[in-house]
Amino acid sequence: MTDSLPGRSRRLDDAFLSAGSSSFTEFVSSYRPELLPAGRRLPSGSSIEAPHGTTIVSLLFDGGVVMAGDRRATMGNIIANRDMEKVFAADDYSVVGIAGTAGIAIELVRLYQVELEHYEKIEGAIMSLEGKANRLASMIRGNLALAMQGLTVVPTYAGFDLESATGRIYSYDVTGGCYIEGGHHSTGSGSVFARGALKKLWRPGLEEQQAVSVAIEALYDAADDDSATGGPDLGRQIWPTVAVVDHAGARFVAKDVLEGHVERVVAARRDNPGGAR
Amino acid sequence: MSMPFYVPPEQVMKDRADFARKGIARGRSVVVVGYDRGIAFVAENPSRALHKVSEIYDRIAFAAVGRYNEFESLRVAGIRYADLRGYSYDRTDVTARALANTYAQTLGAVFTQESKPFEIEIVVAEVGADSDADQIFRLTYDGSVADEHGFVAMGGASDAAEERLETAWRPGMTLGEVLRLAVDVLAAGENGERRALDAGQLEVAVLDRDRPRRSFRRIVGPLLSRLLGEARETTDTPADALGTPPAGSPGAGTVADPRDETPGPGDGSPADGSPDDSAAGPDAH
Repeated sequence: MTDSLPGRSRRLDDAFLSAGSSSFTEFVSSYRPELLPAGRRLPSGSSIEAPHGTTIVSLLFDGGVVMAGDRRATMGNIIANRDMEKVFAADDYSVVGIAGTAGIAIELVRLYQVELEHYEKIEGAIMSLEGKANRLASMIRGNLALAMQGLTVVPTYAGFDLESATGRIYSYDVTGGCYIEGGHHSTGSGSVFARGALKKLWRPGLEEQQAVSVAIEALYDAADDDSATGGPDLGRQIWPTVAVVDHAGARFVAKDVLEGHVERVVAARRDNPGGAR
Repeated sequence: MSMPFYVPPEQVMKDRADFARKGIARGRSVVVVGYDRGIAFVAENPSRALHKVSEIYDRIAFAAVGRYNEFESLRVAGIRYADLRGYSYDRTDVTARALANTYAQTLGAVFTQESKPFEIEIVVAEVGADSDADQIFRLTYDGSVADEHGFVAMGGASDAAEERLETAWRPGMTLGEVLRLAVDVLAAGENGERRALDAGQLEVAVLDRDRPRRSFRRIVGPLLSRLLGEARETTDTPADALGTPPAGSPGAGTVADPRDETPGPGDGSPADGSPDDSAAGPDAH
């Protein structure tokens, strides 16, 4: 807080006290724009190599939605991180998964989490799921300048719509386009292979446990054919991150439960690399 | 050029203080009171939409009396301040003490520099790991801060309310006990008569120390009625009430707390000492 008059330096600035929007991003962009990813200036025409996160899959089940992500971050041919998290709880009833430049994406997710909580506290009500999806779209749009220099972020957003009592998946493109997905969706470098698996394994009316299994199968297939996607690492006990959102809220599947799922999938693929069908 | 009459600064400040005090005394009271598992906020407020009590951050809440538009702008400013600080540093770096200091500077500056002081009184409370670590700061219209211990009453007839709390409150009370005490205090009229206050006229919220991360919860509906009514019926823990599922809009912070009446393990510790010793912390005033 800067103020020219001595003795008033700790007083809240007018920016804090002004009646304005209930958006944290809008407040920060008017008060301290340098804190936002979009508020930074980059030298034009150059690009840097930074860790990339890869594959996220999401699918609906009867009464909710499952989102899962592998744990690998790559930088060119190097594995930058083996156990990074790419699926985050956005608020009590939704999760966001990220693919793209890891640093920017994680910053964006942090900002998005604050954005939703900020709105909830100021308004005293939770934003609609559609509203939350649109907020994320506008934040991706704000990142366009960075995306043009190769620092892209492409999230997937999934949540439980309290009004219609169903799960929903929203996908995004790099320009901030927001699309509602029916059934399932995958994003990131391994998404092509994951999508193939989801197409064959997903059907309407899956149960939660089946949906978790399908997500792990899809990630396995992505890791099988995409070097940037990490498969389940039995030696290091690194499993994919799996989040479930239903009427009770968003939660992450516990490690021991995941271990059971992963071991079943891996065992079923012995001498049968194509996996479940 | 006409010369204004000389008014001594003492008189100016006194006039401003009287003006602010009168405005505050017109409003309904708010009681903030500690219990074994957190801090409870009880306001007489028939409105379901215009809150006097609000969440600021994970462990911090805000309560106010006086002019709505004035404390609402401070409430929003506090949320902006806390979220900005938590975003640029870490969630654990947001403290009630820093927020109270900032509010105090703002209130003090408005009191001396603006044409009219804020007609409000606010409390900023932070729930700690145990009840000794709880912090309750009371800020008045002129920017003075008091580090309170255990309870605060603000608004009309707050002196009488504080006296009642002083005699009746003790550390380690349960949520039901402090809520009934707070309602008893709020229901006392100015000249001895008592008004009836039911759950519909109250705004009740708690900072629940046992919740991870965001500890602020509003207490509404059947749970509130049950907590307020227990003294008349039975002192037993209502077994059927435990594990009540979250009510209507859980994300908005409304939840039935199953543990409210179970006494905690460290309940009423004998080593509590005199409660007034710690009231004058290094950051008071």
